[in-house]
Amino acid sequence: MNEREEPRVLPEITDLNRDFWTSGRDGELRILRCKACRVWCHPPRPMCPECHGRDLSYETTSGKGTIYSYVINHHPWRPGLREPYVISLVELDDQRHLRLTTNIVGCRPEAVFIGMRVAVRFVAQGDFFVPLFIPDDGLRPA
Amino acid sequence: MRELLERRALVSGVGISKTGRRLGRSGLELALDAAMTAIADAGLTVEDIDGIATMGEAPPDDVKNSLGARLAWMAPFGGQGAGGHLRYVVQAIMAVATGLCRHVLVYRSVSMLSGEFRDGATGDAAWHIPFHEYSAASMVAMHARRHMHDYGTTREQLGAIAVTSRRHAALNEQAALREPITLDEYLSARWIAEPFGLLDCDIPIDGAVALIVSAADHEPDCPNVPVRFEALACGTHGKMSWDQRVEFTSMGQDDSARQLWSRTDLKPADVDVVEIYDGFTYLALNWLENLGFCKRGEGGPFVEGGIRISLGGELPMNTYGGQLSAGRLHGYWLLYEAILQLQGRAGARQVDGAEVAIAAAGGGPNTGCLLLTR
Repeated sequence: MNEREEPRVLPEITDLNRDFWTSGRDGELRILRCKACRVWCHPPRPMCPECHGRDLSYETTSGKGTIYSYVINHHPWRPGLREPYVISLVELDDQRHLRLTTNIVGCRPEAVFIGMRVAVRFVAQGDFFVPLFIPDDGLRPA
Repeated sequence: MRELLERRALVSGVGISKTGRRLGRSGLELALDAAMTAIADAGLTVEDIDGIATMGEAPPDDVKNSLGARLAWMAPFGGQGAGGHLRYVVQAIMAVATGLCRHVLVYRSVSMLSGEFRDGATGDAAWHIPFHEYSAASMVAMHARRHMHDYGTTREQLGAIAVTSRRHAALNEQAALREPITLDEYLSARWIAEPFGLLDCDIPIDGAVALIVSAADHEPDCPNVPVRFEALACGTHGKMSWDQRVEFTSMGQDDSARQLWSRTDLKPADVDVVEIYDGFTYLALNWLENLGFCKRGEGGPFVEGGIRISLGGELPMNTYGGQLSAGRLHGYWLLYEAILQLQGRAGARQVDGAEVAIAAAGGGPNTGCLLLTR
């Protein structure tokens, strides 16, 4: 497991982002969703950009997606990180263009490819459960 | 076509400070060097300057106080956003076009900003830094990787931009890196954020550029060839985000380019020289596509081999060496070079008879461009 043990620099928790960063203890990835038009909104905002609805709440996603793009980072931007590591843009199955910047762990960087199926896997740090992704052997949903 | 605000302004003068690695001078000193040169170049004195617009980093308050200038207006200061690095030129044009100002000093000074991580996870960065994504190198490489996947773009094609810029830098005495490089050297340079290697990334330097944006009726008093703003672009339609734009690979450059061409009857075929942001190779390739010099996805074949984008080629690009080789002044050295080219003052790297130029800066959601004519 290519797990990163160095502390991540994490944001301040607000009412708006709390569930994204701290609710993953049960292994479920939650994203803000508009109750009116059902659009998923990430990063979280107080207004739905599609219908301007103001009633949004966190809902559980499939936690599965496809690698849209990725970078193998080699440069030591901070001391104490274990390069190389993979930064990736994962598109979730729940909605087209619903993407998260994240890390791919659980495989060699060279094994990563665009179109690879991945599933969420949380890493705990303090109160945070940070959503990373690992290769998923499950079948792609229809 | 309706009268556009940018037609009520022109560039009356330009200046550049010493440039290079660790000059040992403060950004404020460099900004003042460039400012005083630009003011004199415009045939003006400090007393004529009645506005300042800047991206920094030397704070405009310090520059104003050092000059002792009496101002009608100072632009809001800080950051990029819509319009990118060139948004301050747009603000200067707006101040002149409205009649609030007559001669606005625009400058950018830089003191060897490195890629070192300094900031916390705030704003949009809060969605990148927690995943150890600390640099624009990675965020741009993410786009390049997808472009490679969608269109078959290759490292060799990106390398043609780096090799060509270095060849041009040999003709620019102020360029930081002037030794030629080969495609093999580009390909074998150490990885930074794969698919980007070291030579996909620009070179940090110290330096400053200044220009004077004046009212168009100042033209008869310009000692040098005045450079006109045929069209400006600073709009944004897609999300202000590095990872959430629906049209991912084209970035905000797409919005900027559309706005630019909507404000002019000129066409890409009319452009003689392009000075384009190459903080990373891919940004330049992507600007070429978005600006319509080739079709979407054909930027790779367009730059391949470098002939087309070289001096003497069909579309000379980054004739001063670009940020890749001359050094990173965040869009302002490229603007300075575009102005010199139109004025016929580019020396050994002059594009013969250059009458129309593009200055385009930025990437991700922070983009803007200018169509300039003599």
